[in-house]
Amino acid sequence: MIAIVIFIVLFGAGSVWFTMNVIKVRRNVLIGKEIDRKDNAAQRWKLMTLVALGQRKMFERPIPAILHLFLYVAFIITQIELIEIVTDGVTGSHRMFLPYLGGFYTFIISFIEILSILAFIGTIAFLSRRNLLKVPRLVKSELNGWPKLDANFILLGEITLICFIFMMNGADEVLFRNGWSHVSESSGSFGFAISHQLGPILFGSLSESSLHIVERIGWWGHVMMVLGFLNYLPYSKHFHILLAFPNVYFSNLLAKGKFTNLESVTNEVKLMFDPNAVVPPSDGAPMRFGAKDVMDLTWKQLLDSYTCTECGRCTSSCPANITGKLLSPRKIMMDTRDRLVEVGNIMDKNKGAFVDDGKSLLGDYISPEELWACNSCNACVQECPVNIDPLSIIIEMRRYMVMEQSSAPTELNMMFTNIENNGAPWQFSQADRLKWAQE
Amino acid sequence: MSDLKVTTMAEFFAKGETPEVLFWVGCAGSFDDRAKKITRAIVKILNHANVKFAVLGSEESCTGDPAKRAGNEFLFQMQAMNNITVLNGYEVKKIVTGCPHCYNTLKNEYPSLGGNYEVVHHTELIQDLLNKGRITIEGGSFKGKKITFHDPCYLGRANDVYEAPREVMINLEAELMEMKRSKADGLCCGAGGAQMFKEAEKGNKEVNVERTEEALALNPDVIAVGCPFCNTMITDGVKHFNKEEKVKVLDVAELIVQAKGL
Repeated sequence: MIAIVIFIVLFGAGSVWFTMNVIKVRRNVLIGKEIDRKDNAAQRWKLMTLVALGQRKMFERPIPAILHLFLYVAFIITQIELIEIVTDGVTGSHRMFLPYLGGFYTFIISFIEILSILAFIGTIAFLSRRNLLKVPRLVKSELNGWPKLDANFILLGEITLICFIFMMNGADEVLFRNGWSHVSESSGSFGFAISHQLGPILFGSLSESSLHIVERIGWWGHVMMVLGFLNYLPYSKHFHILLAFPNVYFSNLLAKGKFTNLESVTNEVKLMFDPNAVVPPSDGAPMRFGAKDVMDLTWKQLLDSYTCTECGRCTSSCPANITGKLLSPRKIMMDTRDRLVEVGNIMDKNKGAFVDDGKSLLGDYISPEELWACNSCNACVQECPVNIDPLSIIIEMRRYMVMEQSSAPTELNMMFTNIENNGAPWQFSQADRLKWAQE
Repeated sequence: MSDLKVTTMAEFFAKGETPEVLFWVGCAGSFDDRAKKITRAIVKILNHANVKFAVLGSEESCTGDPAKRAGNEFLFQMQAMNNITVLNGYEVKKIVTGCPHCYNTLKNEYPSLGGNYEVVHHTELIQDLLNKGRITIEGGSFKGKKITFHDPCYLGRANDVYEAPREVMINLEAELMEMKRSKADGLCCGAGGAQMFKEAEKGNKEVNVERTEEALALNPDVIAVGCPFCNTMITDGVKHFNKEEKVKVLDVAELIVQAKGL
């Protein structure tokens, strides 16, 4: 009875805390400006199925894709077992689904166990790639400190979780074998694919009371890890396991080369061409061209930042980064998220209102040098397995630097002047545009 | 003097005629000495196929692409509005261009400002001419030569056009080789995002050197390109490795012209 109460309190507290954090993340994302991404629902569902659920873009790099698939499928299938764990926790039963499902139960748990072994292999491989093999994109400077720790925490957490699963099932197998099980008077086996073998090897010599303790540690450990993991997500890059789905759903469906045309600029330009032009009235708020801080970005760009799991495929394909420039598209996303979290914390302290802290995304997090190194080649956008668009953020910040700060590099200002005066980025006369035909 | 047949839109208009297509030459194609050769190659193909095309000549102006990529949305939209006024004035329906940056801007960014045209890259037009039998290519001087194609970002990733240049080149009966980073994974030449008009930020290598190195590793006779800016960057890259005697950097249009001896 005590166990049921503890379980319900823990599970309730974990769920409430997680929900509160999700609400906060949602509020932070909605600081962003409006952008319509609700059109073409059928196409969006299809894209989400292929790219998020189907991991299509992951398979551009097969080795990490397969390792990742082990963890991904294990994660999804283990949720079935979680339903039973919650049911058992609330009712005080033990393996409640077993009598109803029979052979199918054995099949499901065996499937989970095999996936858990594969996930274990995947996790060890991932730890090695980060810490021993030092795969270049996983050891770049923007990962120093917390991001590196975060990644290793998650992997170690996954290993721990898998160990708890096998403690639980392994000890249960031995209990059953010795006729001490809660599920049956007689002795026998659950027939679980891995722990049927592994259980006796690890726990075969333990006494009945020790086995019950091991089994309970496994069960409670599993519960605690799941709740801990869930509540760690909103603070971690690992939030992608949930946000990948909405983020891909709300992807940009248009040609990657198509940049937005700023409507505020269109209205100004129309008035310049024709002072009597009819333009929609502004809402009175002072407008800012481009982005200086996170609130100047769209909610989708902010959702992108929370979704980023810092895998670095973008950075490893970025021509600027490959050639040693300061720009890293991954850092653009990490900085955007860090600043957004900071802005959110300021809002928490001021009853939901943002109070200027004298800082901004541009300057305090992202430097002009990074932004001016971009080739706008869309490699980062193409690479991202969850359809994050770092390029659009870079362009918005360039717009701010050019149109609000007039801080473009000198050569670019010369290029602007040439276009204005001669209709070409170089100093050639527009009247000479057809000279090639006479040469 | 050249024997190219080039008619301006104004001349067509004066005669009360409408061309099949407007050839948008672009700033590089108009002024850059290397790119002007590509422009002439495109015209030779159009002439050869008897395509009734027009150019804007002195009425053409920068699409605003470099301004937009650099963040100068004002200048971009000023250019766009001016160009759209000219294009709509001539009731232009279809545009072909040799520059993927002009292509992307005209195709994707002009419509919401009132400029709606069917826009094709010159490799797409050549492919269409081949399909319709208006030109034929059978081998020619590149038969058996090793050619690798460098995808322009603004044609490839930006607009998902990967096959047109390759399908055109198949007719050369050359050995087409792919770099590891090709098509959607293609590496930029280093000119995009207005980098063409400024010094590169501090780094340990130039992007065009990185890209050219990859192309040269295939030991090609020709690095084929489809963009005047890529052409400049890769040409400089080849010079960096002192390979300009051995390896030619040519636009797809120039390959066709040379193969056919036009």
